[in-house]
Amino acid sequence: MCQVDEDYHGPLQRAEVPSVSKKCVKCKEATAAVVIRAGDAYCRGCFKEYFIHKFRAMLGKNRVIFPGEKVLLAVSGGPSSCSMLRQVQEGLSHNAHKKLRFLPGVVFIDEGGAVGQSVEERQRTVAELHAVFKATSFPFHMVPLEQVLDLPSSVVVTAASPSERAASAYKAAVDHFIQSDTTSCVTPRQQEETLLPDVQESHTHSLQQLIGSAKTLTAKEELLNTLRQHLLVHTARTEGYSKVMLGDNCTRLAVKLLSSISLGRGAQLAQDTGFSDSRYGDIMLLRPMTEYSAKEIAYYNRMFRVPAVFTASLDTRTADKSSIQHLTESFVIKLQADFPSTVSTIYRTSEKLQTACRSSSTEECWDRCLLCVCALDTAAENASAFKATLISEQLSQSKSPKATRPNPESTAPAGQCCSPAGGGDCGKAASDGGCCSSAKAPETAHLRSLLCYSCQLTIKDMGSNQSSVEHLPQYILSEAQRRRRRSQMRQEIRDFLLDEADEG
Amino acid sequence: MAAPIAIHLEFGGGAELLFDGVKEHHVTLPSQSQPWDVKQLLVWIQRNLLKERPELFVQGDSVRPGILVLINDADWELMGELDYQLQDQDNVVFISTLHGG
Ligand SMILES: [Zn+2]
Ligand SMILES: [Zn+2]
Repeated sequence: MCQVDEDYHGPLQRAEVPSVSKKCVKCKEATAAVVIRAGDAYCRGCFKEYFIHKFRAMLGKNRVIFPGEKVLLAVSGGPSSCSMLRQVQEGLSHNAHKKLRFLPGVVFIDEGGAVGQSVEERQRTVAELHAVFKATSFPFHMVPLEQVLDLPSSVVVTAASPSERAASAYKAAVDHFIQSDTTSCVTPRQQEETLLPDVQESHTHSLQQLIGSAKTLTAKEELLNTLRQHLLVHTARTEGYSKVMLGDNCTRLAVKLLSSISLGRGAQLAQDTGFSDSRYGDIMLLRPMTEYSAKEIAYYNRMFRVPAVFTASLDTRTADKSSIQHLTESFVIKLQADFPSTVSTIYRTSEKLQTACRSSSTEECWDRCLLCVCALDTAAENASAFKATLISEQLSQSKSPKATRPNPESTAPAGQCCSPAGGGDCGKAASDGGCCSSAKAPETAHLRSLLCYSCQLTIKDMGSNQSSVEHLPQYILSEAQRRRRRSQMRQEIRDFLLDEADEG
Repeated sequence: MAAPIAIHLEFGGGAELLFDGVKEHHVTLPSQSQPWDVKQLLVWIQRNLLKERPELFVQGDSVRPGILVLINDADWELMGELDYQLQDQDNVVFISTLHGG
């Protein structure tokens, strides 16, 4: 980590205003144009060199991409992912210092339907990005988020990862690649002209119902992130890619780190924010932009004319307190304005995080969250906060007067039933009505048992009545049923099993 | 008495949404007793251009944290930030780096 120390000039050093027309700290000749990190002013040329070098250094250091491997770049049109696309182009160009050797493709997930854009707005965005992607000559895929409704259940099952390739294999693969292909490293396949396929209005409607069934913006954003990730992984699988590159920058990851903790995703932090994430087994998610701040990216894009296409998201023009994620962002950014090492300090912390390995030798699919596909964190010990929450939930439920308990089909607003029992026990954020949900059809209760703590909160937010859970895409519901049947079957034959897991 | 100055303003990264989606503005700042600085420019923008939600653009007498400012393509941190004295034909860019603009 060559950059750890530089950010620590005493934890409380305040931003200083440098003197006018400073010289570049690198070449000490040209006039500085941008201030990065605390006080380092770079000229245009040195900034470009520094930026490009950092990308290749990141990939070089981690050595997870094999030469000739197909890598899918997830480009949202935002500054970070568009900058990532440019870095890959730079790295593959003929005059690149250390050429990248993988085969890139690009995917754009059009979320316009989920965030309420009109068909015309969506078409405009797609057309703009189409032009950007076409200019790269990489193969690309334009996928409407509506396609998430037709995914197969296998998306939420961790696939067997390709047999672990030893470090020595990397060297061998590089040598082989250099011998077999010395002329041009990338010979893009025949251009795939995949303009956005027609989206059925009914599909858009279903998607909107699904997102709309979550009451808070916090849960809507979580749901959208989950669906997007499923569709990315599915696209990578069907198109033959083995890695997916995401554009998360350091600033975003610092925000994600803190908001994830608030959302109860502590156990999944290492995977959610790390450089590489192998929760899906065969498809590895990579975050090569983690060394760049949002500011560096904005300057680079501006100076070197990286096209980006702004699209509104769920939190566009909302107040700071509209969602946990949004509030966390505003907190981090405000702190960063006065203390420039805030973001890097938070992010460096995340690099040190590791999740302790679960004792179970093989992690079967029922050990994984049905939504985020991370290892379940709900098998906690009796003294944990999670168990305490459960107990308090059960208590508040049993105290609840029977008269006010709605029947499972009731569409009465959640929250009513638990208010007479004293909201104190269940007054947690996003749990309005949550305390009643296990009284609902066993289907819903079972679904929740397949989720990690944080995803349980998201589903809780979708309301306690059965119908809202039915808005979930079919692939999730049928996988839930499959796991249910499997666990029933295991129960039935457990006496005959020789090799039962410690407690079952 | 300083003469009126013509400057070029640009909004990006979603900040343009607060200005009716218009990214580029050619404006003329009226003549006033002392030279225009960025601090006064922000007040002027708020009064004359900003269409809605001023708190999403300014905070106190500066820009909202997360919005970058470039003066003539250089980081405003190198130019004296709010105290920079605007010249005729200057180019001032505001880029939002916040999620969702
Ligand atoms: Zn320089
Ligand atoms: Zn989960």
